[in-house]
Amino acid sequence: MTAASASPRVPTEAGKERSMSLQKQMIAGHYTALSHAPQEGRKVVYTFVPGNLTELVRSFNLLPMLPEINALQSGMRKLSGDYIAEAEKHGHSEDVCTYVKCDIGMLKKGNIGPTGEKLPPPDLLLLSYTGCFTFMKWFELLRQEYDCPVAMLHVPYQSEGCILPHHVDYIVQQLRTEVIPKLEQVSGLRYDEDRLREMLRLSAQAEDDLVWVLESAKHVPSPIDAYFGGVYYIGPMFTAFRGTAEGVAYYRTLHEEVEERLRSGLGPLTPEGSQEKERYRLVMEGPPNWTSFREFWKMFYDEGAVVVASSYTKVGGLYDGGFRHDPARPLETLAEYCMGCYTNLGLPTRVELLERYIREYRADGFMINSIKSCNSFSVGQLLMLRQLEQRTGVPGGFIESDLVDPRYFSAANIKNRIESYLQMLEQKRAGANP
Amino acid sequence: MSPELVNLIKGAQELNDDFDLTAVRTWKEAETGRKAIGYMPIYVPRELIHAAGMLPVGIMGAGERLEIIRGDAYFQSYICHIPRSTIELALTRRLDVLDGMLFPSICDVIRNLSGMWTMLFPERYVRYVDLPQNFDPEVGGVYWRRELETLRADLCRLAGRPIEDEALRQSIAVYNENRSTIRELYSARSRQPWVYPTSEVYLLLRAGNLLPPEDHTMLLREYLRLAPLETERRDRDQSRIVLVGTFCEQPPLGLLLTLERAGCWIVDDDLLLGLRWTMGDISCAGDPLQALVEAFLTKSAETAARYLPEGEHGRALVESVRRNRAEGVIFCAPSFCDPALLEQPMLISRLDREGIPHTQFKYSEDTGQFAVIREQAGTFSDSIRLWSQA
Repeated sequence: MTAASASPRVPTEAGKERSMSLQKQMIAGHYTALSHAPQEGRKVVYTFVPGNLTELVRSFNLLPMLPEINALQSGMRKLSGDYIAEAEKHGHSEDVCTYVKCDIGMLKKGNIGPTGEKLPPPDLLLLSYTGCFTFMKWFELLRQEYDCPVAMLHVPYQSEGCILPHHVDYIVQQLRTEVIPKLEQVSGLRYDEDRLREMLRLSAQAEDDLVWVLESAKHVPSPIDAYFGGVYYIGPMFTAFRGTAEGVAYYRTLHEEVEERLRSGLGPLTPEGSQEKERYRLVMEGPPNWTSFREFWKMFYDEGAVVVASSYTKVGGLYDGGFRHDPARPLETLAEYCMGCYTNLGLPTRVELLERYIREYRADGFMINSIKSCNSFSVGQLLMLRQLEQRTGVPGGFIESDLVDPRYFSAANIKNRIESYLQMLEQKRAGANP
Repeated sequence: MSPELVNLIKGAQELNDDFDLTAVRTWKEAETGRKAIGYMPIYVPRELIHAAGMLPVGIMGAGERLEIIRGDAYFQSYICHIPRSTIELALTRRLDVLDGMLFPSICDVIRNLSGMWTMLFPERYVRYVDLPQNFDPEVGGVYWRRELETLRADLCRLAGRPIEDEALRQSIAVYNENRSTIRELYSARSRQPWVYPTSEVYLLLRAGNLLPPEDHTMLLREYLRLAPLETERRDRDQSRIVLVGTFCEQPPLGLLLTLERAGCWIVDDDLLLGLRWTMGDISCAGDPLQALVEAFLTKSAETAARYLPEGEHGRALVESVRRNRAEGVIFCAPSFCDPALLEQPMLISRLDREGIPHTQFKYSEDTGQFAVIREQAGTFSDSIRLWSQA
């Protein structure tokens, strides 16, 4: 994803470079557009990844900016520690989400973005309140910092595992009465449903290719890593490029590359080239750590572990569950999209999804990376661990870290746990095949 | 203290200390077919439960006296304490007396706890109550009505009888009286906090989690009658403060006593906020479900779990400070409480603009050592009395 722009080493194999370079250009171009927005008279909408309304925002010629992405970029660039300290100096508790504190700290230190250019203030804070309580407080905090309007979109939580018609109505009504009027006001343009439909059509096209890529991991051995590699694959989809021709082109390219990897019998791309041996197939629950992303990833590929499916790559939309943006029902489809994002799903639904992944992707095990910052993900994970072990008979592993707070990544402990866990898988396997 | 008052407070204390919910069991056994529905903080429409002939039971964790043995195995170290003690209560079968459990949308912890409940206790009724964050009657109001209709239908099924409109109107009236009595008690405490110390007020208020509302109102009225008769209770040279952040996981009683002993009169707070969530009476005329909807949209307490429009943050807190002639604010939030801790910087910035002194510390419901808090609160109180221009 945006992480691609931080990649220090472009793989040498032909065909791999194309999608990565493309993504790098796209993300860099987007950040440049954001940085120049005030000079060029373009308006900027801050919003969140889960439940993002990219097509709607872009249909008004507005530029979306996602503070979580800025925070994870800061984490990967080793800037987040200072930003968090800055926020804590301003009275933000050590107990709360480090994405928020990283964002506030970045703002306090001049709001310099990943490209080294100053990021613009928001013209609108689009508070898509989807699957995370902290989002609400985050934008209330930003509202105090910026003199700009807020559009609040409350997305009902899917505690019972099904989308109810009145939940769709509720969101559509909010889009009509709260979100669209504010987008019109900020952009000076009228809502253009035909334009939105066209963008949704492009979204669905890209979503088909993304799903194909993610599901390629069902192949043994897998041509992709669906967690560490997966965060790159979801980048354009989760950020600013849903509903764009660039997005469609990126996912088509990626699809072709992965198809080629499959044909050539190549394993997942890692920062050190293609992974040669797939010794363990894992399902991963929870976000990655960003401050030591490469080091974390290496702990897996050094041991021959490949993540074949992950929940984190579904926070911005659960497309492999069958959902596609539907141009025939533009606002309704946006409502359904929002409600279906992973962290907006009840715990029983999350367990069912992971169970399905373990079975369909023929996983040897599953691992939970429990994130201190994120109660939305983390609360209940210890029960999920037990439930999944009971239901599948597949053993689970449990590690703890944080999103962007370097104080909560203990490399030695995590490595030790991962290695012990994989040894246990090995022994189990040996026991089953003496 | 008069024996009557001693007994009243002792009774409330015993009620709150009884993790086996004997009072609820006794209430259920008094009549065949009675049922009880538990709820977590902050707000659920208790009127609907009451109108179905069932007892709403507030579950606010287990304080400092319950040893957590199994509950810790379900939660990482960085998650607040209330879900651990609540799970502990449930796994030790102390909550078996409850026929259902409601989890309102206060934060991601309570939200996910609802899913844990569904998986751990699949035979029990569990509902996540997703309160609207849109306060437009045509949008959030319509949604909330549909949610209430579903809840009403669920409760009817559980109770085995319909919830008639008239019964709901009567329940609304019962809760109006209860809330009005609580307001009276808070108002009396604000005028004379030495007559109605918070350490007592809290115990009596918390009894409302377990008692039928009619009984709770009577208990509060009796306290309002008895407390002023204590002629030895006199004002002391203490600072008047508002306590903020205690709306979900409750502080141990020892912490409230510590604040009072450290020189602070608590003249307003957000303890047990769900019992007085609706600020004013709910209409008893017309469509009672719509009355609940309108009350939620227009009379809900301002707290961190609610979305507030621009410019509103801290307004209610400053008003409370002015109305109660408070001299300072103590932010007293549970460790790892997202709503309270994320809200705090916004409230502090408002207080700073208004020149209102404040201090802050964290607690857990099982905090047992208060020396540091006593020192901090004492210093805060002293600084207000010595230096404040307020």
